[in-house]
Amino acid sequence: MKRIQTKIDPNEIRRRIRGMSVITKSFIVECTSLFEIGRATHFDSAASTGKAVKLVEKTESPPSSLWVEEFELIQRHKSVKAFGRLFTHFAPKIKAFLMKSGTDAAVAEECAQEVMATVWHKAHLFDPTRASAATWIFTIARNKRIDAIRKLKRPEPENLDWGPEHELDQEEAVGLQQETAKLGQALAKLPEKQRMLVERAYFKDMSHSEIAAATGLPLGTIKSRIRLALERLRHSMK
Amino acid sequence: MMTNTIKHHVNDDLMMAYSSGNLPEAFSVAVAAHISMCDECRISMESHNTVGGILLEMQTDIKVGPDALQKTLDKIATSCPVEKVEKPSKIDFPEPLSDYVGESLDTINWQPIGMGVKQSILSTSGEATARLLFIPPGAAMPDHSHSGIEMTLVLKGAFADETEYFAKGDVEIADGATNHTPVAADGSPCICLAVTEAPLKFRKMFHRIIQPLIRI
Ligand SMILES: [Zn+2]
Repeated sequence: MKRIQTKIDPNEIRRRIRGMSVITKSFIVECTSLFEIGRATHFDSAASTGKAVKLVEKTESPPSSLWVEEFELIQRHKSVKAFGRLFTHFAPKIKAFLMKSGTDAAVAEECAQEVMATVWHKAHLFDPTRASAATWIFTIARNKRIDAIRKLKRPEPENLDWGPEHELDQEEAVGLQQETAKLGQALAKLPEKQRMLVERAYFKDMSHSEIAAATGLPLGTIKSRIRLALERLRHSMK
Repeated sequence: MMTNTIKHHVNDDLMMAYSSGNLPEAFSVAVAAHISMCDECRISMESHNTVGGILLEMQTDIKVGPDALQKTLDKIATSCPVEKVEKPSKIDFPEPLSDYVGESLDTINWQPIGMGVKQSILSTSGEATARLLFIPPGAAMPDHSHSGIEMTLVLKGAFADETEYFAKGDVEIADGATNHTPVAADGSPCICLAVTEAPLKFRKMFHRIIQPLIRI
């Protein structure tokens, strides 16, 4: 069955994916204000006991490397060395992600290795003008979590025909990386407690009612504010 | 050819749950099927994935074993990539859906559920149910007790209620508060994929069946 609306030019889709951080940034801002209200009510006691809300101390800049070179070396020359660099960076993060999803260390270790093996096999599918290496690896790790750990299936959308063999446009890839980095900084600036909530929504099955319980906000408020933020995000993408 | 545009999309609750892998299989089929038809939602999905990627990047490392890289290389040597089988280009359903129901409308195993309405339940695991529905022209969508989120994706034809119109590719998302009775519109049958959180209870179907008889 063919795409309907669509026929948005593949390059236009790429461009808009790169522009996404505008919306996601406002989403994060919205989350911040959302959680700040929560803090005013729910976290009051913590404030009065003098416990400062700890800010995330992750100030390290995002990796300047786009990993593009590594992926090319893996794809064209089966370079174990290049793969080793990717592995050193990402395997410990994948393991951390899987453990936060409720997996024990041994299973997380095993699954992280399998995720990285998939990264090797699918290296030719990585497109740095559409997704950062971290985003692309996240989707593989997420699928592993569903498939191997939750024992569920997750149907994937039909592949899009991205047009004729896309010559890598370094500038586009850098643009995507910059947008992603900005979003990352916005996320990193969130107080830890708040960032954890966003994280749990992604890594665990955290419903809005659980977020409500954690922030002390009524469910309706949370739902409408998250929706509002995401709508704004979408509009600013247009 | 008439250009058809999708007006009703997957909402952000569902998209975030799909992107993070927290959606029951039955809903994932419908979301994946919609994305296959809708570039807007494809962009939304990739954007949501980006948040996941950033969160992954922000993780504090948890050490892997000293032999982890070697073990991974061993895995690579002994495994081979799973190549997706190319589907014939002429299929009646979006690809993720055809994995469940086959490629042709003609081979669907329909069960009549009254008033000319037919259904075919997909085999999915988890706490939600997905079914194909065939609604004859002018007939009402089966009513049921809304006990959770319900998502309906139009695959063929259209349905409408008092205020809104849903054509091919459109998604309707209803919850317990939604109270309406859409009918298959435009004088042709409507085929859609309906996903419900809890098993459907066709509460009123019985009444609808006997009502015309009582009127006699
Ligand atoms: Zn859509």
